[in-house]
Amino acid sequence: MQIDLRTVSITPLRQTFDHIAARVGGDKAASRYIEATMDVQANANFHYRPTWDPEHEIFDPKRTAITMADWYAFKDPRQLYYGTYTQSRARMQEVAESDFDFVETRGLADGYDDGARRIALDFYLPLRHVAWGANMNGASMCAYGYGTAITQPCLYQGMDQLGVAQYLTRLGLLLGQQGDLEAAKHAWLNAPAWQELRRYVEDTLVLKDWFELYVAQNVALDGILFPLAYKEVDAALAAKAGPTVAMLTRFQAEWFDDSTKWVDAVMKIAAADNAGNKAQLQQWLAHWRGRAMKALEPIARLALADAAGGAMDRAAKHLDTRMTKAGLA
Amino acid sequence: MSNVFIAFQKNEDSRAIVEAICEDNPQASVNEQPAMVRVDVPGRMVIKRSSIEERLGRSFDLQEMQIHLITLTGHIDETDDEFVLEWRH
Repeated sequence: MQIDLRTVSITPLRQTFDHIAARVGGDKAASRYIEATMDVQANANFHYRPTWDPEHEIFDPKRTAITMADWYAFKDPRQLYYGTYTQSRARMQEVAESDFDFVETRGLADGYDDGARRIALDFYLPLRHVAWGANMNGASMCAYGYGTAITQPCLYQGMDQLGVAQYLTRLGLLLGQQGDLEAAKHAWLNAPAWQELRRYVEDTLVLKDWFELYVAQNVALDGILFPLAYKEVDAALAAKAGPTVAMLTRFQAEWFDDSTKWVDAVMKIAAADNAGNKAQLQQWLAHWRGRAMKALEPIARLALADAAGGAMDRAAKHLDTRMTKAGLA
Repeated sequence: MSNVFIAFQKNEDSRAIVEAICEDNPQASVNEQPAMVRVDVPGRMVIKRSSIEERLGRSFDLQEMQIHLITLTGHIDETDDEFVLEWRH
């Protein structure tokens, strides 16, 4: 008996789902990101309107002044869906863990310069309350936003901020004691330098328009705070006492570079959709950028003393350059 | 002119790589096999890191391509930004 071996090629009847095919223009294989994102949120056959907000459906595009022809235009350039998001953050966490490990095993925290340690503890620790506010705000944007393309990365952004808060806490425990965290909370609640920033964070917690919240949190506040905290202050501490703190804040610095790709893309897409959006975004941006500058100036002075003015200018310029590129000049 | 070709296992990453090759080499022809995809180009094929990164939405090291690679033909010229296959005789 003779057996012939041959390959049978079975072509699938369809490459992707119908609703994806309609979006990618024909029946061709789409990326996991597209399949896991496009048209995922329910948009019809809602039952009762929520009792807490009878003006709107449970998922309603009218919860913001921003209008879009297609809410799924907000594609994330990083293409993060649950799988790729967790993988990418696991990689970043591994790097951060090994940095913390290195600082611990070499005793770098114990030998750290005491003047620089004081500045690091006073400046970075209260920021964990800011990061927690950002976590709440990310969840809020996700809850009240419309369309999986934008609500999905909003929640990731919020979760990342929780990670930032945790790394700041660990920085505090490594460079200082439990008591330093309590002192930082006390400073956050009472010290004059922090009150303008606390007002900013608390005001954003009650913003009703989720897209305004996006501008206030992701664009204006983070856009100036991160260059200030993780470039300017970081560099000043490194010049004074070596790169120990830079290693402990590495996640924040790398995460900011990564997340700005998405933050800028959303602004660009929304502004390009219609002139009304652009004017609204410009107005929000001007308002919240101004408040962020006012809120961050005293804490910049706390860490950088006389060099604070120049550092704030550079941090603000960083944001302005990004927004010009996004078409919001 | 003879073809150069490259074949990858079929997966999420290699789909982006193949799309990038097709865009950068208009004469490319794609041959889809079960679990494998092969791309032929007459004479010379350029694989650009930037095109792949654009599709993957993350930074990409061209050497990552080796993980998905099954086989290829042609003389290789590899830099950080481009992977070129061509016949040089």
